[in-house]
Amino acid sequence: MSDLSSSNRHPDFPTAAKVLLEDSQLRKNVKHATDVISGKRASVTGELPDWQQLRESGSRIREHVLRHLDTYLVQFEEALTRAGGKVHWAADADEANRIAIGLVQAHSADEVLKIKSMTSEEIGLNRALAEVGIRAYETDLAELILQLGKEKPSHIVVPALHKNRQQVREIFRREMGLEDLGHRPEDLTAAARSYLRERFLRVPVAISGANFLIAETGGVCIVESEGNGRMCLTLPKVLIAIAGIEKVIPRFQDLEVLLQTLPRSATGERMNPYNSVWTGVHPGDGPQEFHVILLDNGRSGILHDDEARQTLKCIRCAACQNACPVYRQTGGHAYGSVYAGPIGAILTPQLRPLREEASLPYASSLCGACYEVCPVKIDIPEVLIHLRGKVVREEQSTLAGKLGIWNLGMQMAAAVLEDGGRLHAAQRLGRLAQKPFVAKSGFIERLPFLLSGWTKTRDLAPLPEESFREWWAKRPVRKNGGGM
Amino acid sequence: MVGKTAGQEKRRRNVTAPSKPLDIGETRALILRKISGVNKAPVSPGDLAAEYDSIPRDYLRAGVLTLAERLEMMEHRLREYDASVYRSTSHALPEEIAKVLAGRGKSRMAIPAGFPAAWLPEGFSFVEADGLSAPQLDRLDGLLSACTVAIAATGTLVLQTAPAQGARKLSLVPDYHLCVVEAAQVVETVPEAFAVLAPANRLATTFISGPSATADIEMTRIKGVHGPRFLDVIMIVAGSSSAS
Repeated sequence: MSDLSSSNRHPDFPTAAKVLLEDSQLRKNVKHATDVISGKRASVTGELPDWQQLRESGSRIREHVLRHLDTYLVQFEEALTRAGGKVHWAADADEANRIAIGLVQAHSADEVLKIKSMTSEEIGLNRALAEVGIRAYETDLAELILQLGKEKPSHIVVPALHKNRQQVREIFRREMGLEDLGHRPEDLTAAARSYLRERFLRVPVAISGANFLIAETGGVCIVESEGNGRMCLTLPKVLIAIAGIEKVIPRFQDLEVLLQTLPRSATGERMNPYNSVWTGVHPGDGPQEFHVILLDNGRSGILHDDEARQTLKCIRCAACQNACPVYRQTGGHAYGSVYAGPIGAILTPQLRPLREEASLPYASSLCGACYEVCPVKIDIPEVLIHLRGKVVREEQSTLAGKLGIWNLGMQMAAAVLEDGGRLHAAQRLGRLAQKPFVAKSGFIERLPFLLSGWTKTRDLAPLPEESFREWWAKRPVRKNGGGM
Repeated sequence: MVGKTAGQEKRRRNVTAPSKPLDIGETRALILRKISGVNKAPVSPGDLAAEYDSIPRDYLRAGVLTLAERLEMMEHRLREYDASVYRSTSHALPEEIAKVLAGRGKSRMAIPAGFPAAWLPEGFSFVEADGLSAPQLDRLDGLLSACTVAIAATGTLVLQTAPAQGARKLSLVPDYHLCVVEAAQVVETVPEAFAVLAPANRLATTFISGPSATADIEMTRIKGVHGPRFLDVIMIVAGSSSAS
């Protein structure tokens, strides 16, 4: 189980990654998809002379909101209520699920339509619905593939990017009972269209996420491509949107920035096919009952961490995933989290107990590619290092952690490195100790025991016969010359 | 669904009667308490507005293109989305609409309330569709509508729930959309479009950029998943305008 709502007993990142790296088909699929999006993104962001100014404004808008989240959420609640909508507050996943279930049951519905929503994945909504006999139909093509294939999303924007057309065809053929289904993407898309069309016209309740909540007007904005979102937003009688509390923006006009940076970053399009903005209940147009569930689920804690707060600026474009050299090799499932890639490596350990996700802040080479592409300038490497520090301090707070081999080793290393005499002694000792391990190549190719991990994938240069300090001390000193 | 198991029924009852009932007011207060205090001192509305106004906005707001260049960019970007684009004068519009519809083989079209009757050609059936159900709309050949504003830089049409544009489902359920855009409605940049939208920013608003599409399978852009598979645009480039 990898949703954030339950105990998360998944293998740590290195263990999971090792298995997935063996799957050459998966790596091929992930590489192809991330290459294509990254290329398109580079070209449509490169054509804008004001791209950096848009990033800066987007970043500052999101920062401003997070500093005044309480004010803006209340403003949103008041505006939406005036417009005929209803706002609910949920402290955690369980509360959000219970509110949603209560609303569905109030309409005696046992089926709901769903728009792709990472937030609903985060709270494990589909499982909670199934437990009370409510069937959820995912309507986004990728989510439909995953739902029918009984899989988890591996990417924020293109959740099934780890599947190729043959694999999708196999799932559709089996689950939709279509023996003669073709394998062109057109055939597969047409199959999804006819599979869902009848349901769009029939099912009375839809559940969505939200890209932006507009405090000024009480409006909600959803960004999508296929039109499945618009179907869910306009045809059912009842609409329920579940959104993290950080999704609010101050004013309608702020969309002029974010609707430029989000599509170009997410899918590499100048604009995605459909953006919907609506404000509560519109007489004669769309659902006549509209609910927004505002979800905390750990976000309020992040808000008070000055260095990590920027995590919540995220607008879920997934550009960091496409750019990340680690994600591009492992795909999303290695992270064992709904939110994968660089943003997942900082978001998940803050939404869940850090102890259980301690490997994620290390699932990065800190190369900074994620920061460079982020449309709201989240300095992900900075937050990763901050979280690594927290992981260490948390480990040191327990006796087992304090006496653990890592902590002892690091404490020892610190003691050696902060004192010239000790460093000198350690170097002399090391030169003696390394002798049996230096291979003919002149490199240390294999270290024993705990140190073997380091040499598993690389050779180590041995300590030189003479250190710089030793050479410096021994050099002939000219009169009136040389240093101190 | 039929034939629920006893287990399902039991679980359903368990959830409708949770052991600890939710107190929405209490949760609201709790969350607001947790998220307040990021600023050490309370912020006055005036200070909040001043801080908002100090957000730098050095991006391009006003466009630089001439009208002709703007229309050309709009046309080019629309074609990249695989939409077809035609030009007409206000005077020749009914004729142009007839030509485009005939070319697509469409005869029974939905129109929104308030669509200018003077634009409608003879020989087709036009149904005012705001009150129709989705299945009724599904049986029509397409939608003929106007728009509020169009954005050249992104090839985007913006429709609102307004006269001549209609309820949102009109531009969604039928498989074909023919949109009439007046030259004066075409702006160059996204911020310019938001300036046009500002006075009516509570209306239901839909940004449409090409036919519905997906790239979920191997990043190949496929037209038409759930929205209209075909989008045509007629730009009125000269002559006096007669629409809202």
